Amino acid sequence: MLIEKDMRARAAALTGRLEDVRIPELFQVITPDGEVQQGIENRIDPALMVRMYEQMTRARAFDRKAVILQRQGRIGTYAPFEGQEAAQVGSALALKEGDWMFPTYRDHAAILTHGQTLENLFLYWMGRMEGCMCPAGKNILPPSVPIATQMLHAAGAAWANKIKGEGAISIAYFGDGATSEGDFHEALNFAGVYQLPVLFFCQNNGYAISVPFQRQSASRTIVQRAAAYDIPGIRVDGNDIFAVWLAVREAIERAQAGRGPTLIEAVTFRYGAHTTADDPKKYRDQEVLAKEWREQRDPIERLQKFLIKKELWTEEKEQVLMNKLTDEIEAAFAKVEALPKTRPVDMFDHVYADVPWHITEQRQEFLSLQDEEGGHV
Amino acid sequence: MNRKFTMIQAITEALDQKLADDPRVMLLGEDIGVNGGVFRATEGLLSKHGAERVVDTPLAESGIIGSAIGLSLNGMLPVAEIQFLSFIYPAFEQVVSHAARLRHRTRGQFTTPLVIRTPYGAGIRGPELHSESVETFFVHTPGLKVVVPATPYDAKGLLISAIEDPDPVLFLEPTRLYRAFKEEVPEEMYRVPIGKARIVEEGSDLSIFAWGSMMRTAQLAAKQIAQEKGWSCEIIDLRSLYPLDLDTIIASVKKTGRALIVHEAHKTAGLGAEITSLINDEALIYLKAPVKRITGYDVPVPFFTLEDSYMPTPARIRQGIIDTMQF
Repeated sequence: MLIEKDMRARAAALTGRLEDVRIPELFQVITPDGEVQQGIENRIDPALMVRMYEQMTRARAFDRKAVILQRQGRIGTYAPFEGQEAAQVGSALALKEGDWMFPTYRDHAAILTHGQTLENLFLYWMGRMEGCMCPAGKNILPPSVPIATQMLHAAGAAWANKIKGEGAISIAYFGDGATSEGDFHEALNFAGVYQLPVLFFCQNNGYAISVPFQRQSASRTIVQRAAAYDIPGIRVDGNDIFAVWLAVREAIERAQAGRGPTLIEAVTFRYGAHTTADDPKKYRDQEVLAKEWREQRDPIERLQKFLIKKELWTEEKEQVLMNKLTDEIEAAFAKVEALPKTRPVDMFDHVYADVPWHITEQRQEFLSLQDEEGGHV
Repeated sequence: MNRKFTMIQAITEALDQKLADDPRVMLLGEDIGVNGGVFRATEGLLSKHGAERVVDTPLAESGIIGSAIGLSLNGMLPVAEIQFLSFIYPAFEQVVSHAARLRHRTRGQFTTPLVIRTPYGAGIRGPELHSESVETFFVHTPGLKVVVPATPYDAKGLLISAIEDPDPVLFLEPTRLYRAFKEEVPEEMYRVPIGKARIVEEGSDLSIFAWGSMMRTAQLAAKQIAQEKGWSCEIIDLRSLYPLDLDTIIASVKKTGRALIVHEAHKTAGLGAEITSLINDEALIYLKAPVKRITGYDVPVPFFTLEDSYMPTPARIRQGIIDTMQF
C-alpha cells in the first residue's frame, strides 16, 4: 500500500519512532487493478455499481469545470476535490433522503450525490449566498468553513433524530487537519456518551493545506482515535468506492439499531491544490505523488476497469455519459451566469426572523444611496 | 396568591413551565442535572422531567453549544447553560460563526432557535475568571439577541420569551442578583418582550441607563442624590441589550436633556459607547451636557479583593450625576 509505506517512513524520519507500530488494517474490496478482494455478490447491486461510476464521473466533470471557471475569473476561489470522488460519492450513496449531511467546503461530490443542485454549488463559489440553500426536503447544511465545528452540529442533529425516533442519521465530513481541533474530540465524546446515530467521515487526503499528516498528528492513523472514545472505527481505502459504501452502510445500520456513532477514516488523496489560491508544488513532490495516486489508485479508473470486466460498462456508454454530463454542467452554469445580479439590499434580509429597527434603518439608508439605475453610489 | 421569588427561583420556574409546555424544549449543560446547576437554577428539574430532557453533558463548552446548534436545526428548542460567561470562550466560535449566521447564510432555510443561559458579572466574590461582563462581544455579532434581567419578574418573563424566540438568544443572568432580593412573580406563563426597556423610576433632570446588577447600584446613587440635591433621575433598565429599545432611550433623553450610562463592563467599546452614539445621532440638540459613562475600568477584572474598586459604586455614579448636572 502506497500510503502505508509512505506513512511509516515519514513517521520514522520525523519522530525517530520505531516503524513496527501496528497500523489498523485498510478495508479494501477491489484493488487498483480492478481485482476483487472480498466477496461482494449480493451485497452491491450491479445497477448501483453503474450509478456509483456515473456519479463519480459527474462530480469530477463538475470539479474540472469549476477549476477552469476559476482560472477564467468567472467564479471565485475554489476548493477542488479531484481524487476524492470515491470517498464522497460512496458515502453519500449509502444515505437515504432524510439523512442529515454536514459538509465542508471540499465535499461537493458528497452534496451533489445527496441532492444538492449544480446551480447552488456554482452560486456558492460565485460568492452568492443563495448557494448555501438546498432543495426543499433535503437536509444538506451549507459548507462549514471553520474546521471541525460542523461535527458537533452533526452530533446535535443526530441527537434530535434519536429523540424523534424517525430513524434518520447524520453524517459529518471533515479532513485530516480537523482531527487536531478540539471540536473533533468533543464531537466524538458527545456522540459516544449519548450513543448518537452519527457518522464521522474523515477523508484523510494526507495534507491539511501544506502540512502532511505526519506533522499533523503523532498517531499513525485517524481511526485509532475511535478506541479512545470507545466507539467503532474503520479505516477504508478511500479510493475504493465499494469499500467506502459497505463501511458506511454498516455504520448506518449500527446507528439505526441504536448502537451509536462510528468514526470512518477514508484514506485518499487530493490531486490538486488545497484551493485555487495555493500551489501544491511548494509543499509536496506534486509530480511524483500525483502520478502515483493517479496512475495507481484513481477511484474512477479502478471502478471502470472492474465494470468493463463485468461487462457492465462500454466505451459507447462512456461517450453517452460524457456528452450528457457536459450538457448538464454547461446548462447549469449558463443558467446561473444568466441570473440577474444579486441585489445588494438582500444582505439585510434573514439576519433575524423579525427585522430589528437598526437593520431597517441601515437598509433604508442604503437604499437612499442608490442611484436612479439602482446602482450603489 | 402572593408568591415572592428570588431570581433563581423565577428562572427555575420558567424552565420548569417551558419543559412542561413544549416537548421540544430540553436543557443541557455541565452539572445541571443531579447537581441542579452551580447556582441551583435547574434544581429539581431532572427528577421532574427526566434525564433525556435535563441533560448533564461532558465538560465541553464548544460541545454544548455546537450540539445545541444541531439540536435546534433539527426541531428541538435547546436551552444550554454555560456555568459562567467567561467559560464561553471555547464555544465562542460556535456562537458567532454558526448560531448567529445560519439563518442569514441559508436565507432562512435553516435556523437555530436556541438559548444560552449564563451567569455573568462580579459581586459574589467569585474566583478568577468568574466575574467578567463581556456582553459587548455578543452585542457586536449580528444574528444574536442579548438580554439581561434585573429582577425576578423579568427573569421569568424574559426567559420564556427567549425560549420562544425564533433566533438564538444569549440570556445573561447577573450572578449578584440571583439571591439578592425577592419579589412577586406570577404563577402563570407570562412573557416580557425582548427589545423593550423598562422605566424603573420616572424623573426629570437626568436619565440613567443601566442593566443587570448595576440597576440596584444606580438606584442607590439616585436616591442619595435626590435627598442631597433634590435632583430627580429617570432610571431605565435596558433589559434587552440587542436589540436596544431606541425609542425609550431617546424619549427619556429628550425629556431630561442629560444621560448617564452605567455598566460594569470595560469602558472601551462597551455598550455605553454605542448608546452615547445613538443619543448623539437622535437627540443631540436636546442635550444640556455630554453623555457620561460610569463603567468598569479597562483592566482585566481583578481578583475579588478589588472587586468593589473595579465596579461602578454609588459614589462614582453620584459623582457622574453631579458632573453632568453641573456641566
